[in-house]
Amino acid sequence: MKDSKALKKDFPIFATKSVKKDGKELIYLDSASTTQKPESVITAITDYYKTSNANIHRGIYTLSEKATIQYEDVRKKTATFINAGTPEEIIFTRNTTEAINLLAYTFGEKHIKQDDEIIVSELEHHSNLVPWQEVVKRKKAKLKVIPIKSDYTPDMDEYHKILSPKTKLVAITSMSNVFGTKTPLKEIIEAAHKKNALVLVDGAQSAAHQKTDVQALNCDFFTMSSHKMLGPTGVGILYGKKELLADLPPFMFGGDMIKSVSQYDSEYADPPVKFEAGTPNIGGIMGFGAALDYINKIGFKTIEENDKKLFEYAVKKLSEIEGINLLIPPADKAGPVISFTLKDIHPHDIAAVLDQDNICIRAGHHCAQPLMEKLGIPATARISFHIYNTPEDIDKTCDSLKKAIKIFE
Amino acid sequence: MDIYTEIILDYYKNPRNEGPLPDATTCAKEDNPLCGDKIRINLKIEKDKKTGKEKISKATFCGKGCAISQASASMLTEKLIGKTPKEIEKITDEDIKKMLNIPISPAREKCAILCLHAAKKALTERGSAKKSAPCPGCKKETASGRPKRI
Repeated sequence: MKDSKALKKDFPIFATKSVKKDGKELIYLDSASTTQKPESVITAITDYYKTSNANIHRGIYTLSEKATIQYEDVRKKTATFINAGTPEEIIFTRNTTEAINLLAYTFGEKHIKQDDEIIVSELEHHSNLVPWQEVVKRKKAKLKVIPIKSDYTPDMDEYHKILSPKTKLVAITSMSNVFGTKTPLKEIIEAAHKKNALVLVDGAQSAAHQKTDVQALNCDFFTMSSHKMLGPTGVGILYGKKELLADLPPFMFGGDMIKSVSQYDSEYADPPVKFEAGTPNIGGIMGFGAALDYINKIGFKTIEENDKKLFEYAVKKLSEIEGINLLIPPADKAGPVISFTLKDIHPHDIAAVLDQDNICIRAGHHCAQPLMEKLGIPATARISFHIYNTPEDIDKTCDSLKKAIKIFE
Repeated sequence: MDIYTEIILDYYKNPRNEGPLPDATTCAKEDNPLCGDKIRINLKIEKDKKTGKEKISKATFCGKGCAISQASASMLTEKLIGKTPKEIEKITDEDIKKMLNIPISPAREKCAILCLHAAKKALTERGSAKKSAPCPGCKKETASGRPKRI
Protein backbone atom coordinates (compact mmCIF):
# COMPACT_ATOMS: atom_id res chain seq x y z
CA MET A 1 0.00 0.00 0.00
CA LYS A 2 1.18 3.51 -0.83
CA ASP A 3 2.20 5.73 2.05
CA SER A 4 0.91 9.26 2.52
CA LYS A 5 3.85 10.78 0.70
CA ALA A 6 2.95 8.80 -2.42
CA LEU A 7 -0.78 9.40 -1.95
CA LYS A 8 -0.18 13.15 -1.78
CA LYS A 9 0.67 12.95 -5.49
CA ASP A 10 -2.96 12.01 -6.18
CA PHE A 11 -3.97 15.52 -5.07
CA PRO A 12 -3.10 18.02 -7.79
CA ILE A 13 -3.34 21.10 -5.57
CA PHE A 14 -0.03 20.21 -3.92
CA ALA A 15 1.76 20.36 -7.27
CA THR A 16 0.07 23.55 -8.43
CA LYS A 17 2.60 26.33 -8.88
CA SER A 18 0.33 29.23 -7.94
CA VAL A 19 -0.36 27.59 -4.56
CA LYS A 20 3.28 27.88 -3.54
CA LYS A 21 4.18 30.87 -1.42
CA ASP A 22 7.68 32.29 -1.77
CA GLY A 23 8.75 28.89 -3.02
CA LYS A 24 7.25 27.15 0.01
CA GLU A 25 5.10 24.11 -0.66
CA LEU A 26 1.51 24.06 0.54
CA ILE A 27 1.03 22.31 3.87
CA TYR A 28 -2.65 21.74 4.37
CA LEU A 29 -3.76 20.96 7.92
CA ASP A 30 -7.40 21.98 7.80
CA SER A 31 -9.10 18.82 6.59
CA ALA A 32 -11.68 18.89 9.39
CA SER A 33 -12.94 22.01 7.67
CA THR A 34 -12.74 20.66 4.14
CA THR A 35 -10.46 18.10 2.49
CA GLN A 36 -8.41 18.43 -0.67
CA LYS A 37 -9.64 16.56 -3.75
CA PRO A 38 -7.83 13.82 -5.66
CA GLU A 39 -7.43 14.01 -9.43
CA SER A 40 -10.03 11.26 -9.92
CA VAL A 41 -12.73 13.38 -8.26
CA ILE A 42 -11.92 16.42 -10.38
CA THR A 43 -11.90 14.27 -13.51
CA ALA A 44 -15.27 12.69 -12.65
CA ILE A 45 -16.85 16.13 -12.44
CA THR A 46 -15.42 17.37 -15.73
CA ASP A 47 -16.22 14.01 -17.37
CA TYR A 48 -19.84 14.37 -16.42
CA TYR A 49 -20.07 17.80 -17.99
CA LYS A 50 -18.16 16.66 -21.05
CA THR A 51 -19.82 13.31 -21.68
CA SER A 52 -23.12 12.95 -19.80
CA ASN A 53 -24.51 16.39 -19.02
CA ALA A 54 -28.29 16.24 -19.06
CA ASN A 55 -30.97 16.61 -16.42
CA ILE A 56 -31.84 13.43 -14.61
CA HIS A 57 -35.00 11.39 -14.12
CA ARG A 58 -37.54 12.49 -16.73
CA GLY A 59 -35.44 12.60 -19.89
CA ILE A 60 -36.45 10.10 -22.55
CA TYR A 61 -33.29 10.52 -24.57
CA THR A 62 -30.11 8.48 -24.10
CA LEU A 63 -28.00 11.24 -22.59
CA SER A 64 -30.50 11.87 -19.79
CA GLU A 65 -30.79 8.15 -19.15
CA LYS A 66 -27.03 7.93 -18.88
CA ALA A 67 -26.93 10.81 -16.38
CA THR A 68 -29.77 9.26 -14.39
CA ILE A 69 -28.05 5.88 -14.20
CA GLN A 70 -24.79 7.45 -13.07
CA TYR A 71 -26.59 9.58 -10.48
CA GLU A 72 -28.50 6.62 -9.06
CA ASP A 73 -25.28 4.57 -9.09
CA VAL A 74 -23.75 7.05 -6.66
CA ARG A 75 -26.76 6.63 -4.42
CA LYS A 76 -26.17 2.86 -4.44
CA LYS A 77 -22.47 3.38 -3.81
CA THR A 78 -23.26 5.66 -0.87
CA ALA A 79 -25.65 3.08 0.58
CA THR A 80 -22.94 0.42 0.35
CA PHE A 81 -20.36 2.81 1.82
CA ILE A 82 -22.30 3.25 5.07
CA ASN A 83 -24.03 -0.14 4.82
CA ALA A 84 -27.55 1.24 4.51
CA GLY A 85 -30.32 -1.32 3.96
CA THR A 86 -31.38 0.08 0.58
CA PRO A 87 -30.33 2.98 -1.70
CA GLU A 88 -33.74 4.57 -1.04
CA GLU A 89 -32.49 5.38 2.43
CA ILE A 90 -29.95 7.83 0.97
CA ILE A 91 -31.05 11.42 0.37
CA PHE A 92 -28.79 13.91 -1.37
CA THR A 93 -28.67 17.38 0.13
CA ARG A 94 -26.28 20.32 -0.19
CA ASN A 95 -24.31 19.50 2.94
CA THR A 96 -24.63 18.14 6.48
CA THR A 97 -26.19 21.38 7.67
CA GLU A 98 -28.98 21.06 5.13
CA ALA A 99 -29.42 17.38 5.98
CA ILE A 100 -29.90 18.25 9.66
CA ASN A 101 -32.22 21.13 8.81
CA LEU A 102 -34.24 18.77 6.62
CA LEU A 103 -34.74 16.57 9.66
CA ALA A 104 -35.42 19.50 11.97
CA TYR A 105 -38.17 20.78 9.67
CA THR A 106 -39.75 17.40 8.97
CA PHE A 107 -39.17 15.19 11.99
CA GLY A 108 -39.18 18.23 14.28
CA GLU A 109 -42.45 19.55 12.90
CA LYS A 110 -44.21 16.22 12.94
CA HIS A 111 -42.97 14.55 16.09
CA ILE A 112 -41.77 17.13 18.59
CA LYS A 113 -44.51 18.34 20.89
CA GLN A 114 -44.66 20.70 23.83
CA ASP A 115 -42.49 19.54 26.78
CA ASP A 116 -40.74 16.90 24.68
CA GLU A 117 -36.97 16.82 24.98
CA ILE A 118 -34.16 16.74 22.46
CA ILE A 119 -30.69 15.81 23.64
CA VAL A 120 -27.48 17.13 22.08
CA SER A 121 -23.96 17.18 23.47
CA GLU A 122 -21.58 20.02 24.22
CA LEU A 123 -19.39 18.68 21.43
CA GLU A 124 -21.85 19.57 18.69
CA HIS A 125 -20.99 21.77 15.75
CA HIS A 126 -23.41 24.69 15.46
CA SER A 127 -25.04 22.78 12.59
CA ASN A 128 -26.23 20.09 14.99
CA LEU A 129 -27.23 22.55 17.70
CA VAL A 130 -28.87 25.63 16.19
CA PRO A 131 -31.54 23.75 14.14
CA TRP A 132 -32.61 21.95 17.35
CA GLN A 133 -32.64 25.19 19.33
CA GLU A 134 -35.12 26.46 16.75
CA VAL A 135 -37.26 23.32 16.92
CA VAL A 136 -37.61 23.48 20.70
CA LYS A 137 -38.43 27.19 20.47
CA ARG A 138 -41.15 26.57 17.89
CA LYS A 139 -42.58 23.62 19.77
CA LYS A 140 -42.09 24.80 23.35
CA ALA A 141 -40.01 21.69 23.90
CA LYS A 142 -36.72 21.44 25.82
CA LEU A 143 -33.12 21.08 24.78
CA LYS A 144 -30.95 18.95 27.08
CA VAL A 145 -27.19 18.90 26.80
CA ILE A 146 -24.71 16.13 27.58
CA PRO A 147 -21.75 17.92 29.20
CA ILE A 148 -18.16 17.01 28.47
CA LYS A 149 -15.65 15.86 31.05
CA SER A 150 -12.15 17.19 31.64
CA ASP A 151 -10.79 14.62 29.17
CA TYR A 152 -12.98 16.14 26.40
CA THR A 153 -15.24 13.09 26.21
CA PRO A 154 -19.01 13.19 26.80
CA ASP A 155 -20.12 12.55 30.36
CA MET A 156 -22.05 9.33 29.87
CA ASP A 157 -23.33 9.20 33.46
CA GLU A 158 -24.98 12.54 32.83
CA TYR A 159 -26.36 11.28 29.55
CA HIS A 160 -28.09 8.35 31.22
CA LYS A 161 -29.49 10.75 33.79
CA ILE A 162 -31.00 13.24 31.34
CA LEU A 163 -32.35 10.55 29.03
CA SER A 164 -36.01 10.06 29.88
CA PRO A 165 -39.36 9.01 28.41
CA LYS A 166 -39.70 12.67 27.37
CA THR A 167 -36.65 12.35 25.11
CA LYS A 168 -37.77 12.17 21.50
CA LEU A 169 -34.44 12.60 19.74
CA VAL A 170 -30.75 12.37 20.56
CA ALA A 171 -28.63 14.34 18.07
CA ILE A 172 -25.00 13.46 18.59
CA THR A 173 -21.75 13.89 16.70
CA SER A 174 -19.66 10.82 15.92
CA MET A 175 -16.47 12.87 16.14
CA SER A 176 -15.91 16.32 17.59
CA ASN A 177 -14.57 18.84 15.12
CA VAL A 178 -12.80 20.66 17.94
CA PHE A 179 -11.18 17.86 19.96
CA GLY A 180 -11.45 14.93 17.55
CA THR A 181 -13.24 12.97 20.28
CA LYS A 182 -14.93 9.81 19.03
CA THR A 183 -18.19 9.42 20.90
CA PRO A 184 -19.52 6.07 22.26
CA LEU A 185 -22.28 5.83 19.66
CA LYS A 186 -23.38 2.26 20.41
CA GLU A 187 -23.99 3.00 24.07
CA ILE A 188 -25.78 6.26 23.23
CA ILE A 189 -28.02 4.65 20.63
CA GLU A 190 -28.93 1.57 22.67
CA ALA A 191 -29.85 3.64 25.70
CA ALA A 192 -31.92 6.07 23.60
CA HIS A 193 -33.84 3.25 21.92
CA LYS A 194 -34.72 1.78 25.31
CA LYS A 195 -36.56 5.04 25.99
CA ASN A 196 -38.11 5.00 22.51
CA ALA A 197 -36.07 8.00 21.42
CA LEU A 198 -34.59 8.18 17.95
CA VAL A 199 -30.94 8.97 17.27
CA LEU A 200 -29.37 11.21 14.65
CA VAL A 201 -25.64 10.77 14.23
CA ASP A 202 -23.80 13.75 12.74
CA GLY A 203 -21.07 11.89 10.91
CA ALA A 204 -19.52 14.87 9.11
CA GLN A 205 -16.16 14.51 10.84
CA SER A 206 -15.84 10.74 11.00
CA ALA A 207 -17.24 9.58 7.66
CA ALA A 208 -13.92 9.85 5.80
CA HIS A 209 -11.82 8.53 8.69
CA GLN A 210 -13.54 5.42 10.01
CA LYS A 211 -15.88 2.81 8.61
CA THR A 212 -19.54 3.68 9.08
CA ASP A 213 -22.05 0.86 9.41
CA VAL A 214 -25.45 2.40 10.05
CA GLN A 215 -27.10 -1.00 10.45
CA ALA A 216 -24.60 -2.23 13.01
CA LEU A 217 -24.86 1.10 14.85
CA ASN A 218 -28.64 0.93 14.50
CA CYS A 219 -28.79 4.73 14.31
CA ASP A 220 -32.01 6.13 12.89
CA PHE A 221 -30.48 8.98 10.93
CA PHE A 222 -26.93 9.70 9.80
CA THR A 223 -25.50 12.74 8.00
CA MET A 224 -22.26 13.50 6.19
CA SER A 225 -20.74 15.97 3.74
CA SER A 226 -18.92 15.10 0.53
CA HIS A 227 -16.46 17.96 0.85
CA LYS A 228 -15.03 16.56 4.09
CA MET A 229 -14.63 13.19 2.34
CA LEU A 230 -12.27 14.16 -0.51
CA GLY A 231 -15.31 14.98 -2.66
CA PRO A 232 -16.59 18.30 -3.96
CA THR A 233 -18.52 20.94 -2.03
CA GLY A 234 -22.28 21.17 -2.44
CA VAL A 235 -23.17 17.54 -1.72
CA GLY A 236 -24.43 16.24 1.60
CA ILE A 237 -26.12 13.03 2.62
CA LEU A 238 -28.96 12.22 4.93
CA TYR A 239 -29.44 8.56 5.72
CA GLY A 240 -32.68 7.57 7.38
CA LYS A 241 -34.30 4.24 8.11
CA LYS A 242 -36.78 3.48 5.36
CA GLU A 243 -39.91 3.41 7.50
CA LEU A 244 -38.92 6.63 9.26
CA LEU A 245 -38.33 8.50 6.00
CA ALA A 246 -41.63 7.26 4.60
CA ASP A 247 -43.40 8.74 7.61
CA LEU A 248 -41.86 12.23 7.26
CA PRO A 249 -43.44 15.08 5.31
CA PRO A 250 -41.42 16.68 2.49
CA PHE A 251 -39.03 19.51 3.35
CA MET A 252 -38.94 21.42 0.08
CA PHE A 253 -41.61 21.45 -2.57
CA GLY A 254 -41.46 21.76 -6.33
CA GLY A 255 -40.16 19.79 -9.25
CA ASP A 256 -39.04 16.17 -9.05
CA MET A 257 -40.49 15.47 -5.59
CA ILE A 258 -44.02 14.85 -6.85
CA LYS A 259 -46.05 11.90 -8.06
CA SER A 260 -48.71 14.02 -9.70
CA VAL A 261 -49.72 17.66 -9.63
CA SER A 262 -53.12 19.17 -10.34
CA GLN A 263 -53.78 22.89 -10.29
CA TYR A 264 -54.65 23.13 -6.60
CA ASP A 265 -53.15 20.02 -5.03
CA SER A 266 -50.30 17.56 -5.40
CA GLU A 267 -49.31 14.07 -4.44
CA TYR A 268 -45.73 13.56 -3.35
CA ALA A 269 -43.22 10.97 -4.46
CA ASP A 270 -41.77 8.29 -2.21
CA PRO A 271 -38.37 8.69 -0.51
CA PRO A 272 -35.71 9.53 -1.45
CA VAL A 273 -37.13 11.62 -4.33
CA LYS A 274 -39.71 13.14 -1.98
CA PHE A 275 -36.83 14.98 -0.29
CA GLU A 276 -34.94 16.00 -3.41
CA ALA A 277 -36.94 18.85 -4.90
CA GLY A 278 -35.40 20.61 -7.88
CA THR A 279 -32.38 19.73 -9.97
CA PRO A 280 -29.69 18.42 -7.64
CA ASN A 281 -25.95 19.02 -7.83
CA ILE A 282 -25.52 16.24 -10.41
CA GLY A 283 -21.93 17.10 -11.31
CA GLY A 284 -20.98 17.27 -7.63
CA ILE A 285 -22.66 13.94 -6.94
CA MET A 286 -20.59 12.35 -9.73
CA GLY A 287 -17.51 13.76 -8.01
CA PHE A 288 -18.71 12.38 -4.69
CA GLY A 289 -19.05 8.94 -6.29
CA ALA A 290 -15.40 9.16 -7.35
CA ALA A 291 -14.42 10.22 -3.83
CA LEU A 292 -16.09 7.12 -2.40
CA ASP A 293 -14.23 4.99 -4.96
CA TYR A 294 -10.99 6.64 -3.91
CA ILE A 295 -11.58 6.03 -0.20
CA ASN A 296 -12.60 2.43 -0.91
CA LYS A 297 -9.46 1.92 -2.96
CA ILE A 298 -7.17 3.19 -0.21
CA GLY A 299 -9.23 1.50 2.48
CA PHE A 300 -10.08 2.58 5.99
CA LYS A 301 -7.29 0.40 7.35
CA THR A 302 -4.68 2.61 5.67
CA ILE A 303 -6.53 5.82 6.52
CA GLU A 304 -6.88 4.88 10.18
CA GLU A 305 -3.27 3.77 10.43
CA ASN A 306 -2.07 7.03 8.93
CA ASP A 307 -4.37 9.06 11.21
CA LYS A 308 -3.13 7.22 14.27
CA LYS A 309 0.53 7.42 13.32
CA LEU A 310 0.33 11.10 12.52
CA PHE A 311 -1.70 11.89 15.64
CA GLU A 312 0.89 10.21 17.87
CA TYR A 313 3.73 11.91 16.06
CA ALA A 314 2.07 15.33 16.18
CA VAL A 315 1.26 15.01 19.89
CA LYS A 316 4.86 14.07 20.62
CA LYS A 317 6.37 16.89 18.55
CA LEU A 318 3.89 19.57 19.61
CA SER A 319 4.30 18.67 23.27
CA GLU A 320 7.97 19.58 23.00
CA ILE A 321 7.05 23.22 22.31
CA GLU A 322 7.24 25.37 25.40
CA GLY A 323 3.93 26.89 26.49
CA ILE A 324 1.72 24.76 24.28
CA ASN A 325 -1.46 23.27 25.63
CA LEU A 326 -3.12 20.45 23.70
CA LEU A 327 -6.85 19.94 23.98
CA ILE A 328 -7.11 16.26 23.13
CA PRO A 329 -9.03 13.27 24.44
CA PRO A 330 -7.34 9.99 25.47
CA ALA A 331 -5.51 8.45 22.49
CA ASP A 332 -8.00 5.58 22.03
CA LYS A 333 -10.83 8.08 21.55
CA ALA A 334 -8.88 10.57 19.43
CA GLY A 335 -9.46 11.39 15.79
CA PRO A 336 -7.21 13.24 13.32
CA VAL A 337 -7.76 16.61 15.03
CA ILE A 338 -5.58 18.49 17.50
CA SER A 339 -6.74 21.75 19.05
CA PHE A 340 -4.22 23.77 20.99
CA THR A 341 -3.41 27.08 22.56
CA LEU A 342 0.09 28.51 22.64
CA LYS A 343 1.11 30.76 25.52
CA ASP A 344 -1.00 33.90 25.40
CA ILE A 345 -0.88 34.22 21.64
CA HIS A 346 -4.25 34.68 20.02
CA PRO A 347 -4.98 31.73 17.66
CA HIS A 348 -5.54 34.19 14.79
CA ASP A 349 -2.01 35.45 15.23
CA ILE A 350 -0.69 31.88 15.30
CA ALA A 351 -2.55 31.06 12.07
CA ALA A 352 -1.31 34.25 10.41
CA VAL A 353 2.32 33.45 11.21
CA LEU A 354 1.90 29.89 9.93
CA ASP A 355 0.28 31.22 6.78
CA GLN A 356 3.51 33.06 6.01
CA ASP A 357 5.10 29.62 5.78
CA ASN A 358 2.20 28.43 3.58
CA ILE A 359 0.81 26.26 6.38
CA CYS A 360 -3.00 26.21 6.57
CA ILE A 361 -4.46 25.69 10.03
CA ARG A 362 -7.76 26.83 11.46
CA ALA A 363 -8.08 29.34 14.25
CA GLY A 364 -11.31 30.38 15.86
CA HIS A 365 -14.27 28.93 17.66
CA HIS A 366 -14.73 26.15 15.06
CA CYS A 367 -18.49 26.71 15.00
CA ALA A 368 -18.61 25.62 18.63
CA GLN A 369 -19.05 28.85 20.56
CA PRO A 370 -20.77 27.35 23.63
CA LEU A 371 -17.81 24.98 23.96
CA MET A 372 -15.28 27.83 23.83
CA GLU A 373 -17.28 29.65 26.47
CA LYS A 374 -17.12 26.62 28.71
CA LEU A 375 -13.36 26.40 28.23
CA GLY A 376 -13.06 30.10 29.01
CA ILE A 377 -11.10 30.85 25.85
CA PRO A 378 -12.20 32.80 22.78
CA ALA A 379 -10.69 30.41 20.30
CA THR A 380 -8.22 27.62 19.71
CA ALA A 381 -5.78 26.87 16.93
CA ARG A 382 -6.48 23.54 15.31
CA ILE A 383 -4.63 21.21 13.01
CA SER A 384 -6.47 18.36 11.35
CA PHE A 385 -5.24 15.96 8.76
CA HIS A 386 -6.04 13.39 6.12
CA ILE A 387 -4.31 10.84 3.98
CA TYR A 388 -2.09 13.40 2.19
CA ASN A 389 -0.42 14.64 5.39
CA THR A 390 3.04 13.49 6.38
CA PRO A 391 5.29 13.73 9.46
CA GLU A 392 7.27 16.43 7.57
CA ASP A 393 4.13 18.59 7.60
CA ILE A 394 4.11 18.34 11.38
CA ASP A 395 7.84 19.14 11.63
CA LYS A 396 7.43 22.29 9.53
CA THR A 397 4.40 23.31 11.58
CA CYS A 398 6.37 22.96 14.81
CA ASP A 399 9.20 25.11 13.38
CA SER A 400 6.67 27.74 12.40
CA LEU A 401 5.05 27.67 15.84
CA LYS A 402 8.43 28.32 17.42
CA LYS A 403 8.73 31.29 15.08
CA ALA A 404 5.38 32.58 16.36
CA ILE A 405 6.61 32.39 19.95
CA LYS A 406 9.66 34.46 19.00
CA ILE A 407 7.56 37.11 17.27
CA PHE A 408 5.10 37.63 20.09
CA GLU A 409 7.37 37.18 23.09
CA MET B 1 4.70 42.08 3.31
CA ASP B 2 4.74 41.12 6.94
CA ILE B 3 1.68 42.10 8.95
CA TYR B 4 3.57 41.88 12.21
CA THR B 5 5.72 44.95 11.69
CA GLU B 6 7.87 46.33 14.49
CA ILE B 7 5.36 49.09 15.14
CA ILE B 8 2.41 46.71 15.40
CA LEU B 9 4.32 44.42 17.73
CA ASP B 10 5.49 47.36 19.82
CA TYR B 11 1.93 48.58 20.38
CA TYR B 12 0.82 45.01 21.08
CA LYS B 13 3.55 44.28 23.60
CA ASN B 14 3.67 47.74 25.20
CA PRO B 15 0.16 49.05 24.74
CA ARG B 16 -0.38 52.76 25.27
CA ASN B 17 -3.53 53.91 27.06
CA GLU B 18 -4.55 50.44 28.15
CA GLY B 19 -6.66 50.11 31.28
CA PRO B 20 -9.67 51.58 33.02
CA LEU B 21 -10.55 55.28 32.96
CA PRO B 22 -12.20 56.12 36.29
CA ASP B 23 -13.31 59.58 35.20
CA ALA B 24 -14.61 58.47 31.81
CA THR B 25 -17.75 60.25 30.66
CA THR B 26 -18.67 57.55 28.19
CA CYS B 27 -17.55 54.14 26.99
CA ALA B 28 -18.71 51.34 24.72
CA LYS B 29 -17.78 47.77 23.91
CA GLU B 30 -17.69 45.97 20.60
CA ASP B 31 -16.94 42.34 20.06
CA ASN B 32 -16.18 40.12 17.17
CA PRO B 33 -17.75 36.76 17.94
CA LEU B 34 -15.79 35.16 15.12
CA CYS B 35 -12.52 35.36 16.99
CA GLY B 36 -13.62 36.35 20.46
CA ASP B 37 -12.03 39.79 20.27
CA LYS B 38 -13.53 42.26 22.73
CA ILE B 39 -12.60 45.94 22.85
CA ARG B 40 -13.98 48.65 25.10
CA ILE B 41 -13.09 52.26 24.46
CA ASN B 42 -13.32 54.65 27.42
CA LEU B 43 -13.49 58.38 26.73
CA LYS B 44 -13.42 61.49 28.83
CA ILE B 45 -15.06 64.36 26.97
CA GLU B 46 -14.52 67.89 28.29
CA LYS B 47 -15.31 71.37 27.08
CA ASP B 48 -12.24 73.20 25.90
CA LYS B 49 -11.84 76.23 28.16
CA LYS B 50 -10.74 78.48 25.31
CA THR B 51 -13.03 77.49 22.49
CA GLY B 52 -15.92 76.04 24.49
CA LYS B 53 -15.96 73.08 22.12
CA GLU B 54 -16.17 69.50 23.35
CA LYS B 55 -12.95 67.54 23.08
CA ILE B 56 -11.63 64.13 24.03
CA SER B 57 -9.24 64.78 26.88
CA LYS B 58 -8.54 61.16 27.78
CA ALA B 59 -8.99 57.85 25.97
CA THR B 60 -8.16 54.33 27.07
CA PHE B 61 -9.07 50.85 25.92
CA CYS B 62 -9.71 47.53 27.64
CA GLY B 63 -10.09 44.18 26.05
CA LYS B 64 -8.56 41.11 24.67
CA GLY B 65 -7.85 39.84 21.25
CA CYS B 66 -5.28 39.28 18.58
CA ALA B 67 -2.23 41.45 18.04
CA ILE B 68 -3.94 43.39 15.28
CA SER B 69 -6.99 44.32 17.34
CA GLN B 70 -4.94 45.26 20.39
CA ALA B 71 -2.38 47.32 18.51
CA SER B 72 -5.12 49.03 16.54
CA ALA B 73 -7.03 49.96 19.71
CA SER B 74 -3.91 51.33 21.35
CA MET B 75 -2.96 53.39 18.30
CA LEU B 76 -6.50 54.70 17.97
CA THR B 77 -6.67 55.96 21.55
CA GLU B 78 -3.61 58.10 20.85
CA LYS B 79 -5.30 59.45 17.77
CA LEU B 80 -8.53 60.25 19.62
CA ILE B 81 -7.06 62.44 22.31
CA GLY B 82 -7.50 66.11 21.43
CA LYS B 83 -10.14 65.48 18.79
CA THR B 84 -13.74 66.70 18.85
CA PRO B 85 -16.59 64.17 18.67
CA LYS B 86 -17.37 65.45 15.17
CA GLU B 87 -13.83 64.76 14.03
CA ILE B 88 -14.06 61.24 15.36
CA GLU B 89 -17.31 60.64 13.48
CA LYS B 90 -15.36 61.35 10.31
CA ILE B 91 -12.68 58.70 10.88
CA THR B 92 -13.29 55.85 8.43
CA ASP B 93 -12.36 52.17 8.37
CA GLU B 94 -9.93 53.10 5.61
CA ASP B 95 -8.23 55.59 7.94
CA ILE B 96 -7.65 52.78 10.44
CA LYS B 97 -6.06 50.62 7.76
CA LYS B 98 -3.81 53.51 6.80
CA MET B 99 -2.91 54.05 10.45
CA LEU B 100 -1.85 50.40 10.81
CA ASN B 101 0.03 50.47 7.49
CA ILE B 102 -0.01 46.70 7.01
CA PRO B 103 -1.78 44.49 4.49
CA ILE B 104 -5.06 43.51 6.16
CA SER B 105 -6.83 40.47 4.76
CA PRO B 106 -10.64 40.52 4.69
CA ALA B 107 -10.71 38.01 7.54
CA ARG B 108 -8.68 40.30 9.80
CA GLU B 109 -10.39 43.55 8.84
CA LYS B 110 -12.91 43.20 11.61
CA CYS B 111 -10.11 42.86 14.19
CA ALA B 112 -8.56 46.09 13.00
CA ILE B 113 -11.67 48.27 12.95
CA LEU B 114 -13.36 46.94 16.09
CA CYS B 115 -11.88 49.77 18.19
CA LEU B 116 -13.15 52.51 15.88
CA HIS B 117 -16.65 51.12 16.01
CA ALA B 118 -16.47 50.98 19.81
CA ALA B 119 -15.31 54.62 19.92
CA LYS B 120 -18.14 55.78 17.67
CA LYS B 121 -20.65 53.77 19.70
CA ALA B 122 -19.36 55.42 22.88
CA LEU B 123 -20.07 58.81 21.32
CA THR B 124 -23.58 57.98 20.09
CA GLU B 125 -24.56 56.32 23.33
CA ARG B 126 -23.28 59.05 25.63
CA GLY B 127 -25.87 60.76 27.68
CA SER B 128 -28.27 57.87 27.14
CA ALA B 129 -29.82 56.25 30.18
CA LYS B 130 -27.58 53.21 30.17
CA LYS B 131 -24.49 55.39 30.15
CA SER B 132 -25.42 57.30 33.32
CA ALA B 133 -23.45 54.84 35.42
CA PRO B 134 -19.67 55.20 35.35
CA CYS B 135 -17.75 52.91 33.02
CA PRO B 136 -16.64 49.71 34.75
CA GLY B 137 -13.04 48.83 35.40
CA CYS B 138 -11.13 46.57 33.04
CA LYS B 139 -11.48 42.88 33.60
CA LYS B 140 -8.21 41.05 33.34
CA GLU B 141 -8.66 38.84 30.34
CA THR B 142 -6.26 36.94 28.18
CA ALA B 143 -6.39 36.37 24.47
CA SER B 144 -5.90 32.67 24.76
CA GLY B 145 -3.83 30.70 27.23
CA ARG B 146 -4.86 27.61 29.11
CA PRO B 147 -8.46 26.51 28.97
CA LYS B 148 -10.31 26.23 32.24
CA ARG B 149 -10.48 22.88 33.95
CA ILE B 150 -13.93 21.55 33.22
